[in-house]
Amino acid sequence: MSIFLNKDSKVIVQGITGGEGSKHTARMLAAGTQVVGGVNARKAGTTVTHTDASGAEVELPVFGTVAEAIAQTGADVSVAFVPPAFTQDAVVEAIDAEIPLLVIITEGVPVQDSAEFWAYAQGKKTRIIGPNCPGIITPGEALAGITPANIAGKGPIGLVSKSGTLTYQMMFELRDFGFSTAIGIGGDPIIGTTHIDALEAFEADPETKAIVMIGEIGGDAEEKAAAYIKEHVTKPVVGYVAGFTAPEGKTMGHAGAIVSDGAGTAQGKKEALEAAGVKVGKTPSETAELMRAILNG
Amino acid sequence: MEYQAKELFAKHGVATTLGVVVQTADEAKAAAEQIGGVTVVKAQVKAGGRGKAGGVKLAKTPDEAFEHASNILGMEIKGLTVNRVLVTPATPPVEEYYFSFLLDRSNRSYLCIASVEGGVEIEEVAKTNPEAVRQIPVDAGTGVDEAKARAIVEEAKFPAELADQAVTLVQALWKVFVEEDATLVEVNPLARLDGDRLEALDGKVSLDDNASEFRHPEHEDFVIHEEADPLEAKAKAKGLNYVKLDGEVGIIGNGAGLVMSTLDVVAYAGEKHGNVKPANFLDIGGGASAEVMANGLDVILNDPQVKSVFVNVFGGITSCDAVANGIKGALELLGDEATKPLVVRLDGNNVDEGRAILDEMNHPLVTQVDTMDGAADKAAELANG
Repeated sequence: MSIFLNKDSKVIVQGITGGEGSKHTARMLAAGTQVVGGVNARKAGTTVTHTDASGAEVELPVFGTVAEAIAQTGADVSVAFVPPAFTQDAVVEAIDAEIPLLVIITEGVPVQDSAEFWAYAQGKKTRIIGPNCPGIITPGEALAGITPANIAGKGPIGLVSKSGTLTYQMMFELRDFGFSTAIGIGGDPIIGTTHIDALEAFEADPETKAIVMIGEIGGDAEEKAAAYIKEHVTKPVVGYVAGFTAPEGKTMGHAGAIVSDGAGTAQGKKEALEAAGVKVGKTPSETAELMRAILNG
Repeated sequence: MEYQAKELFAKHGVATTLGVVVQTADEAKAAAEQIGGVTVVKAQVKAGGRGKAGGVKLAKTPDEAFEHASNILGMEIKGLTVNRVLVTPATPPVEEYYFSFLLDRSNRSYLCIASVEGGVEIEEVAKTNPEAVRQIPVDAGTGVDEAKARAIVEEAKFPAELADQAVTLVQALWKVFVEEDATLVEVNPLARLDGDRLEALDGKVSLDDNASEFRHPEHEDFVIHEEADPLEAKAKAKGLNYVKLDGEVGIIGNGAGLVMSTLDVVAYAGEKHGNVKPANFLDIGGGASAEVMANGLDVILNDPQVKSVFVNVFGGITSCDAVANGIKGALELLGDEATKPLVVRLDGNNVDEGRAILDEMNHPLVTQVDTMDGAADKAAELANG
């Protein structure tokens, strides 16, 4: 088992012919993912050729719309690598086509665009992950995003993080155990899937024995997650929060990573998590040690 | 800053008085003469509480405007030096209200905050008289039309005789919020002037950099380059994601989360080494080419506070051998300009190849440490030397 993505997932790529789309389509295929096609309105009817995990050449069809791609391939996941200026249109198109899972990798999406497509998605059938995220990986089964597939294998840990590289770092630290699913939810102020959504899914996933939750400064997602954990999560959760040394009022790389008017501090998030019974590491390696102690205990 | 917010207000039809922005006391005097009557001289910095800090003064005559401007220019408010003052006609408000539209991260939508008690910080009103602060959700899908604006005005309990004016003003502020891609549009005070006129007496607008990037190139004009930190300006010109901090250990890493984490780990390590601290945030992104690495090192080595540099890279999409070649190329490009010790920690894809490249280079300034914690400790130790 896993959450949101597994070996049966059929993945299409919005922006499959672009530089990033092309590069990561190849990587997703190499990771064993069933990539079944892509979308680019201007190149509909053409194909792109890549190599799959077994080394065989695969020719992937390029469709004009997401709806057409779903109709022809049975795709249930779309990964979007479209420039920020076109992201909102691509997302609305995917929602209209009722794709069950949409992963938006794009960094730099205007936050009002995200607010608008999030409002549009309410009551519809699409789960959104991102934007500005590394996507989701179920090791050994499928990758929908840009997480390097060879860091860690399958195992009992569920991971949810705002940050891409901290996801990679934590997977690396705990590669001796492995992961059921690792999901990067993104560093923007407005994102689709939240820590809470992932925690809920990991709690329900029989393969996940323990959860690592990685947060960072800005917003109140970690505080809300802490409250959720206290009420609803029975599996052990280990936490890490980045940004204790971040100065107030400065955006630290991620658009959403900002302490404003004393709110959204790392200290506040750590305290909220600890109050919910979550063990919080001071560094990524200490966090990994806390998880190791739980799984060895 | 206030005068820039007012420019955006005026552009979208929000009732406001622009005034004159000046950088010297002589110009302030001339502005006061031109405006005539009693004026207000207001410090222009990106901070609240300017009045409390003595940065807002009433001037009865142009000479008084000169005097106030000479006192205010150069003063520090919340760590920011005042380089500009705004001279406006003095229009004593009959009543002061508060109004804002902002991004509501928590609910993934927008929020309107309105209060009939304005002129002071809204956080204060929320503490002393929470009933007077109305928070009205705004649906990002449907936005604010005339009916919604009227509902907001009613909910805010603005006086009935001002309702029509308030509705027009709320719609104009909504235009500022949406058309400029703002994350905050705040008017405080929203003033009721003599003759029952509503006017934005002071305000603040925060813009979304992501949107400005391709939708509003004109927002670049709001950036006051001489007030930017010179290292931050240099980094920005090279397309680097850099924030200057007050410390001794220069930091380069890939990925915002990992770099933030690196700063924390260095600060902890510094506690054992004379309390040295991280000198900056610098995220070189996924593809750490020699050129990007050289640009990053160049900025950091030019920070006179920096005593050691910690390069912390997890090879994910980029493999460690590419990063190692980047460091090697950067040191070759910089030559004699590289003078400070570098502690490098590489992990992840092709780590053995990456470490071998650096071992083989055997550069006198470069030390390799295998773990993030160990490397942070070494970098802190070297900075404390």
